[in-house]
Amino acid sequence: MDHQVLTTVLFLSVVALTIGITFWASRDNSGSDSFYAGGRSFSPIQNGLAIGGDYMSAASFLGISGAIALSGYDGFLYSIGFLVAWLVALLLVAEMLRNSGRYTMADQLAYRMKQTPVRMAAATSTVVVSIFYLLAQMVGAGTLVALLLGVDSQTVKNLVIFGVGILMIFYVTVGGMKGTTWVQIVKAVLLMAGSAVIVFMVLAKFNFNLSDLLGAAASNSGKGQAFLEPGLKFGISTTSKIDFISLGIALVLGTAGLPHILIRFYTVPTSRDARKSVLWAIGLIGVFYLFTLVLGFGAAALLKGDKAAEVATSKGNLASPLLAEAVGGGAGSTGGAILLAVIAAVAFATILAVVAGLTLTSSASVAHDIYNNVIKKGKATEKQEIKVTRIAAFSIGLVAILLAIPAQNLNIAFLVALAFAVAASANLPAIVYNMFWRRFNTRGATWSIYGGLASSLLLVFFSPVMSGKGVIDGVNQSLLPASIDISWFPLENPGIVSIPLGFLFGFLGTISRREPEAEDRFTELEVRALTGAGSEKAVIH
Amino acid sequence: MTSDVNTPHTQSERSDPLYDELAASPEFTELRKLYRGFVFPATVAFLAWYLLYVLMSNWATGFMNTRLFGNINVALVFGLLQFVTTFVLAWIYSRFSTARLDPLARELNDRYEAGKHGKGH
Repeated sequence: MDHQVLTTVLFLSVVALTIGITFWASRDNSGSDSFYAGGRSFSPIQNGLAIGGDYMSAASFLGISGAIALSGYDGFLYSIGFLVAWLVALLLVAEMLRNSGRYTMADQLAYRMKQTPVRMAAATSTVVVSIFYLLAQMVGAGTLVALLLGVDSQTVKNLVIFGVGILMIFYVTVGGMKGTTWVQIVKAVLLMAGSAVIVFMVLAKFNFNLSDLLGAAASNSGKGQAFLEPGLKFGISTTSKIDFISLGIALVLGTAGLPHILIRFYTVPTSRDARKSVLWAIGLIGVFYLFTLVLGFGAAALLKGDKAAEVATSKGNLASPLLAEAVGGGAGSTGGAILLAVIAAVAFATILAVVAGLTLTSSASVAHDIYNNVIKKGKATEKQEIKVTRIAAFSIGLVAILLAIPAQNLNIAFLVALAFAVAASANLPAIVYNMFWRRFNTRGATWSIYGGLASSLLLVFFSPVMSGKGVIDGVNQSLLPASIDISWFPLENPGIVSIPLGFLFGFLGTISRREPEAEDRFTELEVRALTGAGSEKAVIH
Repeated sequence: MTSDVNTPHTQSERSDPLYDELAASPEFTELRKLYRGFVFPATVAFLAWYLLYVLMSNWATGFMNTRLFGNINVALVFGLLQFVTTFVLAWIYSRFSTARLDPLARELNDRYEAGKHGKGH
């Protein structure tokens, strides 16, 4: 069978599988706890898998292995930041959030602050972070499908983006948190199994000798030992080295501020289960990043000639699928065609699961924070709130489609890194202050969220990403036309400046005003967060 | 559902004096001290360890590029050590909280539940 046909069949199977899961999970989806938090009745293992499914995005699977295939060791640096970040979530955030919140990130702030301003702020940053992340996934889906089907047509890419948008609206409006979680669990299992097979086959080619694999990668890359050493990508100049530190800080501090990760902690019965699910997630994600190390160096070692050039043209995104083809027997062989199609379908499942989580998070925040608590002052019924969530999911889906179509020349890794930088600058300071600083108040919360959000976005706007990088080999390296140069901030990653600014704004806002009510209620928040007294209970069927 | 998170207030109100009683108990003081005593130093330690790795990848390339055996160099081992320390710290924290924090938290939570029922909620 021709590999395009096989790929198409497997893609459609993945889509059919996820639609089936969604319908199956929607059977007993009644009430808000069920719709937003999956009834809080997932087990730690299930939630750990779903967290992995939410976190291991296309940027991780295709992006990191691709970065390793192209830049060697420096690609591996991403994995380390992405993994170590989970300790922040485990030690400081997961359990306390489970005990003090209900459906969204804002709940935990609203516990002791003025409802309207903090919910508006938290909902704004939730939607902004989620949209950047969504764009990355949708652009990735378009590129992936077009490249795999061997058609470089803009119409096909647009159609894929449109299709992914429709699917994500469907998952969220029909399946709610339960459907979304099951899609993520299935995806995590498929992704781990698929990667494990390829990793095994790659290692078998080198008699399970990692040193030989690295040696082959180094020599085939044409860069020699430098390929195995830090510095190929980030070590070019002092500016690029500082840019790397900035990226590293954003990666390690961003995870615990990502709204779609935070709301996963609400889906388990107790804070102890939240802790256990993070432990499962750390194990799963850690092993997965070890897999990407082998996939990346494997692609560098085994892909030659045309195939190596194809990896470079796709900015590394096709490294894993093409590696699968190579270990399956090479282009034109049946084994190669099957493995290529399988890995491509797994990558597609990955994208679908992540967009579902993002859409659910942002539409839940619009409905729960803005509609119910700000507009209706908490008086909306569960039915009304869920209806607004569905409308919001529909609107966010449409906005994402409309933004993703013109955003297709954006770099996927850049969009994801930006989402992490915004999450670390805008969300993490407020979450940490709220849990550990009695004096923290409404003004501190809004200043840190809006301040962190604005500084990270503005710094990117005036960075070389937007303008001023000039034209290399006839390709404009920045987003704006080459004739415009408004850049003055030298780094592409804003985190090193914007994260301290987020904390500083929160500090200044807090000390410039006293709010006795917020300080008074800290006692209640702290007791609840540490003991679980009065926290939301699981729904018992 | 007895959630106070969702109640419409423009400014938080104290919902239950039970929380004050619990906060004043020696068990809570102990729980808070144990929790903070673990997570604050641990966070500083793993962030410093990670930052050291980032800085050395930038500026200690001579050391990082040292080959240990075959094609395995210090940089790779250092990177893999970050994985190991993440796994180990997560495991230690889990052991610590199961053994030391959970019993205290359970006891305080039971007192809260008992207090609520005692008042006829």
